[in-house]
Amino acid sequence: MPTLRELRRRIRTVRSISQITRAMEAVSASKMRRAQEMTLASRPYSQKAWEVLVHLAHQAEAGALLHPLLEARPVRQVLLILITADRGLCGAYNDNVIRLAFRFAAVSRAPVSFLTVGRKGRDAVARVRGRLVADFSPMPRWPRFTDIRPIARLAMEEFLKGSADEVYIAYTDFINTMIQRPRVRRLLPLRLTQGHEPAVPEAVERIDTRAVANKTFIYEPDPVQLLDVILPRFVELQVYQAVLESLASEHSARMVAMRNATENAEGLIYTLTLSYNKARQQSITSEMLDIAGGAEAMRQAARLQIQTRLRTGVSR
Amino acid sequence: MSPLRLEIVTQERALFSGDVDMVVAPGVEGELGILPGHAPLLTALSIGPLLARRGGEELWFAIHGGFMEVTPEKVIVLADVAEEASEIDIARAEEARQRAEQILKERPAGVDLETALVALRRSRVRLEVARRRRIRREGSARE
Repeated sequence: MPTLRELRRRIRTVRSISQITRAMEAVSASKMRRAQEMTLASRPYSQKAWEVLVHLAHQAEAGALLHPLLEARPVRQVLLILITADRGLCGAYNDNVIRLAFRFAAVSRAPVSFLTVGRKGRDAVARVRGRLVADFSPMPRWPRFTDIRPIARLAMEEFLKGSADEVYIAYTDFINTMIQRPRVRRLLPLRLTQGHEPAVPEAVERIDTRAVANKTFIYEPDPVQLLDVILPRFVELQVYQAVLESLASEHSARMVAMRNATENAEGLIYTLTLSYNKARQQSITSEMLDIAGGAEAMRQAARLQIQTRLRTGVSR
Repeated sequence: MSPLRLEIVTQERALFSGDVDMVVAPGVEGELGILPGHAPLLTALSIGPLLARRGGEELWFAIHGGFMEVTPEKVIVLADVAEEASEIDIARAEEARQRAEQILKERPAGVDLETALVALRRSRVRLEVARRRRIRREGSARE
């Protein structure tokens, strides 16, 4: 049975933990909202860019290779961009996406090398001795487009020089506050034909490709050079959006984890308070028993004394 | 004349959306003036100022590369970086300009001149846009 003092100390500890987790929950909630807003803010651009890309792709005759970033070739090496958090305390968030990425690597027919964004992913790849091409961590707390660009640039470079024949991206799709789903999607080569969608499809609505394709346009410069301008930007944007989706997921996962922690702490406080009260009751009871017992003993002692005196006939 | 819808978006945000009478944009092959009813056009953009006229009002933006889609009733600018004139930090842009000019003049080893050149162009565009806006404001104050 723990002593009263011990119990009191534990209750105090758990209470301050619950205060911290409650604060962290609130912080994560506001960060999550901000990350969501950032994701939404990038959607108009990607929607339009996707439309324009599909439109441009339709201008070329079928079969012609428009741009090296669209080239499909036999796959001998795969590059996987793995987006995780830099920090823990966010439930199974990191584990889920890492597990999915490793499963992807296990079933891939070509060897997979990794490009990690986020410390947790980097550590996981290092642990299994995976091939790490580059690591971009820690990420700034609020990554800007310019922070993400080098990641996409490197991936495109690897693809263009042939060190990777396909590039995939593993990220966590933010569906809502309760659900975040890890995904692996192909980033390169890009497919611009009907029925396909970009790697981060949440960002673009389905478009009627035929309507887009049939507009007549003036091009400055020609369509192929325009593709050269727009394609890399679109790839960069996809990576940016994947990072933002993951960021929103991270914060909402942390928010839920912290809410659970707060609830657990409250449960713990309840049980601890209960045993504290029990222990207190018990000590009071035993004290009272002591006092009663003592009083009884004294009374008996006094009676005994009188009886003895009477018996021995001692008197003044 | 029916107005022209202008939308300026970057990867990070939607900067401007509204009806205007005319747009002058920095195309890669020179400045483009666009009035309502313009033929459909798709063009890459360079680093330069973008002007939109609305009534007697002039709206200035600094555009740093990207592309633009024009249809008869709509102009959509997808810029890499875009700033509204009032957002521009003049002191910072001036500083950047001087730094870039100094690099180009001294040509220290190990510094990429190309980067400095781009930085110079960017800061000049920012300064120009900010200045134009100031002129406009002083002008309208006298009226």
